[in-house]
Amino acid sequence: MNYRIRHTTRYQYPDVVSHCFNEARMSPLTAHGQQCVRSRFVIHPTPDYTSQREDYFGNQVTSFHILQPHRELTVTVYSDVHVDDLSQPLLFMKDTPWEAVRDQLAASLDSALLSVREFVLPSELAPLLEDVRAYALLSFLPGRPLLEAVKDLNKRIFTDFKYDPASTTISTPLADVLAQRAGVCQDFAHLAIACVRSVGLPARYVSGYLETLPPPGEEKMVGADASHAWFAVHNLDDGWVAFDPTNNVQPGVQHIMLAAGRDFADVTPLKGVIFGGAQHQLSVSVDVARHSG
Amino acid sequence: MTAEARQSAALLDLGASYGEAASGYDEMWVPLEKAPHAHWQILMQDLSRLRGGELERRRLESSRLLRENGVTYNVYNDPRGQQRTWQLDPIPLMISSADWAVISAGLKQRARLLDYILRDLYGPRHLIRDGLLPPELVFSHQGFLRPCDQTLDSEQQQLLLYAADLARGPDGRMWVIGDRTQAPSGAGYALETRSAMTRVMAAEFRHNQVHRLSLFFRNLRAMLSGLMADKKDDPHVVLLTPGPRNETYFEHAYLASYLGYTLVQGDDLSVRDGKVWMKSIDGLKQVDIIVRRVDDTFCDPLELREDSLLGVPGLLEAARQGNVVIANPLGSSLLESPALNPFLPNIAQKILGEEILLPSAATWWCGDKTARDHVLKNLADLVIKPIDRRLPSIFASSLDKAGLETLKTQILSAPYLYVGQQVLSCSTAPSLRDEKIVPRRALLRTFLTAHQGDYDVMPGGLTRTAPDEHSVFITNQTGGLSKDTWVLADKPDDQTSLWPSPQARVGAAVHEVALTSRSGENLYWVGRYAARAEAILRVLRSVIYKLSDYDDYRDDSDLQVLERLLVALTFQTGMFPGFVGDEAKEKMRNPRAEIMRMATDPNHPGSLIGTLNLLMQSAFNVRDIWSVDTWRVIDDIDEILQSIADGEPSFVTLQNNLDSLLGCLMAFFGQTQESMPHESGWYLFNIGRRMERALQLSGLVRHTVLFRSSEVVEHLILEALLVNQESLSSHRRRYRAAQSPSTVFDLMLLDVRHPRSLAYQVRKISELVERLPQSQPVERSHSLNDEQRIILKLYTEFQLADLNRLVKVNDESGVRTVLDGLLTNVEKRVRKASEFLTQRYFSHTSDAYQLAPTRTELL
Repeated sequence: MNYRIRHTTRYQYPDVVSHCFNEARMSPLTAHGQQCVRSRFVIHPTPDYTSQREDYFGNQVTSFHILQPHRELTVTVYSDVHVDDLSQPLLFMKDTPWEAVRDQLAASLDSALLSVREFVLPSELAPLLEDVRAYALLSFLPGRPLLEAVKDLNKRIFTDFKYDPASTTISTPLADVLAQRAGVCQDFAHLAIACVRSVGLPARYVSGYLETLPPPGEEKMVGADASHAWFAVHNLDDGWVAFDPTNNVQPGVQHIMLAAGRDFADVTPLKGVIFGGAQHQLSVSVDVARHSG
Repeated sequence: MTAEARQSAALLDLGASYGEAASGYDEMWVPLEKAPHAHWQILMQDLSRLRGGELERRRLESSRLLRENGVTYNVYNDPRGQQRTWQLDPIPLMISSADWAVISAGLKQRARLLDYILRDLYGPRHLIRDGLLPPELVFSHQGFLRPCDQTLDSEQQQLLLYAADLARGPDGRMWVIGDRTQAPSGAGYALETRSAMTRVMAAEFRHNQVHRLSLFFRNLRAMLSGLMADKKDDPHVVLLTPGPRNETYFEHAYLASYLGYTLVQGDDLSVRDGKVWMKSIDGLKQVDIIVRRVDDTFCDPLELREDSLLGVPGLLEAARQGNVVIANPLGSSLLESPALNPFLPNIAQKILGEEILLPSAATWWCGDKTARDHVLKNLADLVIKPIDRRLPSIFASSLDKAGLETLKTQILSAPYLYVGQQVLSCSTAPSLRDEKIVPRRALLRTFLTAHQGDYDVMPGGLTRTAPDEHSVFITNQTGGLSKDTWVLADKPDDQTSLWPSPQARVGAAVHEVALTSRSGENLYWVGRYAARAEAILRVLRSVIYKLSDYDDYRDDSDLQVLERLLVALTFQTGMFPGFVGDEAKEKMRNPRAEIMRMATDPNHPGSLIGTLNLLMQSAFNVRDIWSVDTWRVIDDIDEILQSIADGEPSFVTLQNNLDSLLGCLMAFFGQTQESMPHESGWYLFNIGRRMERALQLSGLVRHTVLFRSSEVVEHLILEALLVNQESLSSHRRRYRAAQSPSTVFDLMLLDVRHPRSLAYQVRKISELVERLPQSQPVERSHSLNDEQRIILKLYTEFQLADLNRLVKVNDESGVRTVLDGLLTNVEKRVRKASEFLTQRYFSHTSDAYQLAPTRTELL
């Protein structure tokens, strides 16, 4: 499937911002059955400095500095992405008991697997909590194959938790999300990751987009798509296998990956330090459109 | 008995009581031989020869020297106030030349090893791939900063500065018990300690052949200058400090000034074009090398800790682009992990092909199953340390059963975060306590700098000793004592000065150390506060004189003069209502309490003490600018302030203190004229001083002679004004016995040759302002900038002033209206000029905020 994506982020400040320093992780990944054909940034005001690099986790980072006074910052990224249909191989994946995967990973001296062990460790937004482990163990039953257990966990989060943007903010701790059984995709992804790690298995956070389709017969609204987040587990044989607990699915051609890391903090789409302008208004719009070729 | 026999008898005495107190390995005393180690012989002979109390006298002397030089250690996060003078034990730790050869070889090897690990972990990570370091040991450490990945040049030395804490074990070998790899501190204290010791222990120092420290600092300088060798011959080096609130700020200022680098804080720097620039009085100056004393994660709020106010956004990007070198590079705190210890011998063998020379304290990393079992089994005998600074160390021996269980659970929940470490019973060394020489546990901090592809070790270091005989833990926060470390040499060192030989410097560009805008602003305020304090002091003195005149004679004219002085004082201090308003008459009856308050209220910024505190604060903020002797004067002021704060308030002592303070201020002004180079900083300091003096004098004139008064009162007021301004004799010389408003105004307002007159201040301001750098923005050479223009206008007003009109009192209002106009112009224009200066030279960065990150939401 081919997509053309337009992602606009606009900050408006009541006071003048004298200068700002920013980092964006908004260029889609080329990996795991996805190719980013092209990705172009349009930034207003025009930055005085920009540079591109690949970060520790293999994500594309664009740094830009703006040194002129401004009251509005707009970052628009146009990307063309091709997503392979991997639904067939997904059906035929080998699935081994999760304890075996855990032990094999801990004992392996394979250099690629040694670096996967980083994703077993707790991270700031997906910490080690007793309650999380208890919740996880209901899916990680003894002897159960890994992917089957994760699929079950994915489904339980979908069923047990209410999707409610009003219930959490960007800084709501995981323990609260778990207690109130509500949150947004980011919270669900963190919860799932913490669960998987709590039993000694590697999990990572994926940020990206989800193509939404209008109800039959209606026109698709401009800007109606949104950025999205899900997670992936590593099963040693096939690498990272993705799950989307917000929609209870395994991501297919409608999920487009931007970046992956230990948790949201590693893949924040746009962050920055601004001088002046304590207050700001933020608006985001995303369009994911199919196109042929 | 011969003299010699007497001496060895004295030494034996000393040894006998000392030996009894010592248990375990002692640095000096050999129990079996009942004699000091050979390398302590000379020193102990010398010490045993000293008369009773002499060592204590020298200890006090060294304390005084350190205090006067401002060697302090901030105990809490409070600038001044909570500083503690560095406490020095005058008995050095002696290390023999043979012993040092072993130690320094071991230290160099360890530095090479850590350097390799640093480059590898932020580069190819072979150590993990090849199984030499477990992944969790690295990945779970807070100091492993992923944004720093691949930012280090793996072909070049990266660990540029290194400090290791050593302790001697019961076996007599030195053990490494801690590594400092991100921003090691202490080298400056070692240097300052040495300079005090060579004064108080001069003879003893001469009798032993002690290695000098200066070569180390020369190598350090050379290393830093060479870091940009491929790009620049003469790189701009700055020392980045967290600021005056940091516990070791003294050292930052001291080293910056010793090495000749500009001392900067985070917001003195900014990143443009991927390069780092310093905001200086003459505009932006590119920075090539940053010696940092700010912790890793605080250095860049964009990529590292978002809540850091100490860093420079974009700094890591500048380093990544190779446009700035940071010593040590960001990310190097990872090497401080005690979990590395058990893996070092193997890495040394595999990578360097060498056996490890210096042992580390026995350490078990709990991420490893076997090691964890060992730790849990022997918990009570170990100290449990987190691998990073998240949590404090726990001495398990101090825990009860329940505590041990909690600790076990804590370890088991995330074992890779902990190590167990053997508690090393370190050696004791002779220390002076309560005038006696007693054994105390000692730790030695050693310092290394990268040097020509290898490392150079400072031959010496900072030894710290435990406060009492039971203490095992030594920190300066809890009151340990430090001592000098004398490494003995086989042959005398060449005298090495810090600077290269004169020949080598010929041709090298001579340039000012650029002044940061922040320092410029502080200097300007030092000038203002110092002049304001002086003005308040002088009026307080006049008030006290008048008050005693009035007490003696009860003359109503004296009272009227007193009233006007008190009004002037109230306006000066801003402590309203004071002697202004409805209750003024009542307060005048018994003014002492209110006067006392205006002098000594520490909580009001306008009181004399309040003003002096502001002065001290501004002076402390530019600690690196003052010469040793200037600082000594500042310290004297501080000492008087302390005694006022501690003492009972009394008028008699107040009067004495006022005299001493005035003396100090005058000495301070004198020092700055004589010892500060006449550069931007000096201009700003003097502009501040002249502006404040103009404002103060204008205020005093306004509140004393603006209004009509009887002839007698006017005469007394004019006289008080002349006395207040130290101008009575000048006036007499010029006008003989005649004294009238016009003679006094002529001298005090209009005479441009009299340094106390208003016109003189204005002329000076105008001269000084012209000398400030004019680069920004580019102005036409013939036109004046705003502050020059406004001061010129004011100066012209003085030149055009008509003395006869100035003295004339308006019949209706009873006011000297022309004088009023002139004074108003002084106040208005000086304030305006100050605003222009502030805008032009003291760049005020607006506050920094984090951009709220976009939240992921699915609609």
